[in-house]
Amino acid sequence: MYFSANNLTGGYGGVNIIEDCSFKVNLGEIVSILGPNGAGKSTAMKAMLGILSLNSGDVLLNGQDITKIKTQDRIKLGISFVPQIKNIFTELSVKENLEMGAFLFDENIDNKIDEMFTLFPILKEKRNQIAGELSGGQRQQVAIARALMTNPKVLMLDEPTAGVSPVIMEELFQHILNIKKQNIAVLMVEQNARQALEISDRGYILVTGKNAYEGKGDYLLKDKEIRKAFLGG
Amino acid sequence: MIRNIDFKICFSVIFLLTIFVGLFQSWGLALSILNLCLISGIMSMGVNIQWGFAGLINFGVMGFLAIGGLATVLVSVPPVYEAWAAGGVGILISGLFLAFIIFTIFFINKKLKKYKYKSYLVFFIIIISIPLLKFISGPSISKIESINAATSGFLGGANLPIIFSWFVGAILSAMVAFVVGKVCLGLRSDYLAISTLLVSGIIITIVKHEEWLSRGVKNVIGLKRPVPYEVDLQKSELFIKIIEFINFSKLSKNFDPEVNANLLNQLVISSSGVFVKFCFTIIFLSIVLIILYLSEKALNSPWGRMMRAIRDNEEAAKAMGKNVVKQHLFIFMLGSAIIGFAGAMLVTYDGLFTPSSYQPLRYTFLIWVMVLLGGTGNNYGAILGGFVVWFIWIQSAPFASVVINFTTNHLDDTSLIKEHLFNSVPYFRYLMMGCGLLLVMRYRPEGLLPEKVIKN
Amino acid sequence: MDFLNSIILLTNFIIVPGITYGSQLALGAIGVTLIYGVLRFANFAYGDLMAFGTMIVILVTWYLQSKGISFGLLPTALIALPVGILFTIAVSLFFDKTVFEYYREKKSNPVTFIVVSLGIMFVLNAVVRIIIGPNDINFMDGHKFIMKAREFKQLTGLNEGLAIKSTQVITLITTIITCALLFYFLNKTKTGKSMRAYSDNEDLALLSGIDPKRIVLLTWVIVSILATVAGTLYGLDKSFKPFTYFNNLLPIFAATIVGGIGNPLGAFYGGFLIAFSEIALTYAYKKFFKYLMPESLEPSTLIQFISTDYKFAISFAILIIVLIFRPNGIFKGKVI
Repeated sequence: MYFSANNLTGGYGGVNIIEDCSFKVNLGEIVSILGPNGAGKSTAMKAMLGILSLNSGDVLLNGQDITKIKTQDRIKLGISFVPQIKNIFTELSVKENLEMGAFLFDENIDNKIDEMFTLFPILKEKRNQIAGELSGGQRQQVAIARALMTNPKVLMLDEPTAGVSPVIMEELFQHILNIKKQNIAVLMVEQNARQALEISDRGYILVTGKNAYEGKGDYLLKDKEIRKAFLGG
Repeated sequence: MIRNIDFKICFSVIFLLTIFVGLFQSWGLALSILNLCLISGIMSMGVNIQWGFAGLINFGVMGFLAIGGLATVLVSVPPVYEAWAAGGVGILISGLFLAFIIFTIFFINKKLKKYKYKSYLVFFIIIISIPLLKFISGPSISKIESINAATSGFLGGANLPIIFSWFVGAILSAMVAFVVGKVCLGLRSDYLAISTLLVSGIIITIVKHEEWLSRGVKNVIGLKRPVPYEVDLQKSELFIKIIEFINFSKLSKNFDPEVNANLLNQLVISSSGVFVKFCFTIIFLSIVLIILYLSEKALNSPWGRMMRAIRDNEEAAKAMGKNVVKQHLFIFMLGSAIIGFAGAMLVTYDGLFTPSSYQPLRYTFLIWVMVLLGGTGNNYGAILGGFVVWFIWIQSAPFASVVINFTTNHLDDTSLIKEHLFNSVPYFRYLMMGCGLLLVMRYRPEGLLPEKVIKN
Repeated sequence: MDFLNSIILLTNFIIVPGITYGSQLALGAIGVTLIYGVLRFANFAYGDLMAFGTMIVILVTWYLQSKGISFGLLPTALIALPVGILFTIAVSLFFDKTVFEYYREKKSNPVTFIVVSLGIMFVLNAVVRIIIGPNDINFMDGHKFIMKAREFKQLTGLNEGLAIKSTQVITLITTIITCALLFYFLNKTKTGKSMRAYSDNEDLALLSGIDPKRIVLLTWVIVSILATVAGTLYGLDKSFKPFTYFNNLLPIFAATIVGGIGNPLGAFYGGFLIAFSEIALTYAYKKFFKYLMPESLEPSTLIQFISTDYKFAISFAILIIVLIFRPNGIFKGKVI
């Protein structure tokens, strides 16, 4: 496995929100973390990024133990993150947002920006517009594109489709499938479980901070019990 | 209340420091420091009520102090009848006009809440009324100011005992605080700080430049006193007898009656000064205790608990149906009234009103240092802070001289550096205040006497 | 002819002083707004930082003058300016390290920052007064006037003169250069953009690998440059007095808020707005109308909206109006 988090336990102020959680994702794979509200999905993601300190467990990237490495340095190692809220620079133009994504890289980033423009054509059109003025779906694209600018091997998305219409959601998932094709490991937390599983290779279902189910996307989709409990029948 | 440990700390520090200065420097100095410390204590209690209990930043302390100072002039100075005859009517009409404008604005704000262009209407009224006000009052003002410009040139006051002015100062301050609060209190904390600082600048400008009202930069001197005058004491048989009695041992050492009479005379002169200050001390101390008592009572009442609840979590308090805006306005007025009261006391004690002496560093930020150093949210802390800061403020000049003397010992007496440093001795107090504030904020952010968390 | 005279009158008493004063306020306000945008607090020590920078410039100017060095027609202070800037940067960074850093790491609330900036205000205030004293100092040398009122009258044959002081031109040119460089830096360079990004969204900036320490350092450097330049220009144009510098903080704050906090371009316009309002509303228009009106309608009063003494009231009024109508400033805030 390219990226794996094993037996993570941690939380805020001495209370463990996640207990003994494990996640794995390989290059060219989409893995979703699902579960009811308050199950600790976002917390788990923060734990993998190093924003939240762990009580036990470790995080491995391509065999290297990165548990003790700071968030900022994990980005240099090829992990990128799209937060759920405040995930773009609202006062900067679209192009400047992308440039900031590639802040750590000194080489010519114009190619990389062009690459993003082919991946997200709408952004090319709006490249000089202030990002805060874009629609919800477009902002989400800016956010993902900014995260991709760091040349990540692992892309983490915290609820990328929160608050967008079903049509836009379809579009965003299509983009995520395109990202997968570039041999990037995609790990996402999702509320829209059914749609997420449809594009995912594998999924984890968290309940009260613990791994409850895991398996291939279509397997989880077909399982009667899971459908009843988490996917609305 | 007497059992309170903070009370003991607070007043024993005050007592000991005063005794110390009395013994090693002089009793006159000790009492004058003590008196100003007590006034500072009242000022910092006023700020503490706003900041410590309600979390409101008021950087307009200087303005409210000046309003209190103005009150002493308006209340105690005898009226200048000629000036009233010349321009009194014009001023009264302008006053009515101003009141009318303010009333209209509040009326519009209240009754026309829904009206879309309400703010524009208010704006328009203000723009029109300023030149109008100038037009109405202008001729009377120049008439008033031209009457005996060298000695009066203003309307004078009501010729009442000066003690009244303390209450008038409080009321005037509260009224100004009402208007300021209505406009500014909704702003977030840093905007409120800047706005109140601007307001105090405007108030000082008014006091400085409206000479018909306050004599402005020409100052008002020789204000009345609530205590006897030294000259009267020195003539009083009883006072001389008492001094003779107290210093009996000292006087009995000499046998020459002429030397004795001279010595007695000197003692009477110096004691009369101390006695006057002592009278002030008694008045000030009782006021400090009264305000402290009321404030403590209020703080521990249901109302005080509600205020702290609003301070600690405004949203939750709002959700519980508390009218935060109204409470904030009330407490802003209350704190400002206390500051105005202290401002009037200060001018009474000085015996003169000098508008140009009001500077934000001394009259706003120093008071803030007192509150922050003493202990935000604790009345005893505020008093102690007022005392300690004023004490350091006064004693830092002699202290700085000693330090400079010591460090520049090896230099020649005519050395320019030495001379320069001695000339700038007064400014070392700013340095001490700044460093003191920074150190307290860093290592004891809760202040010398922290707020007591009252558990239900 | 009367029309021309009236125009020259306004130019001489409102437009030229307005541009000069506006430039000084604008530079100051941009500094305050940068601190607000990046470090997120209102720095009450800023006026005294300006005074400190100007003081160093004056001391160096005196030193240069004693060595017989001058800048020809231009004031010697311009040569001394870089030294003043260096000292101000050093002082800013010193206070950041010893004071502000601690509270930044603790993520203290804005009020705590305001209070510690008061502490620094006291310290700087003392330092400036101890070193150079509280009095008025005039350190302008070089050529005083570019155009004297009398010369202008002779040249044009008009009744009204137009005087242009060299400090006014120096102020304008320096402001244009400084602002052009600053806005180029903020909008075109990678570091400048990262500063704006940090001000806009701190968490995301960290996730993008932007180093907060570097941004903070850079902000203090830029702010110190602006403070020293603004302070020196003001001192050259009027005179240096520590207390005036503290008082200037108020219109500067007003300009910052009017322009939208954290928005340098807004602060720039805000500075000019405050300056022009202050000057235009305190100017007595009697003479102006005398030129334009027939003799029978000549005004008897000064036609002055409000007396010069009340210039604070103008800053305050504009501030309140803006906060009521557009709480985020005229220029929609937070864009450093």
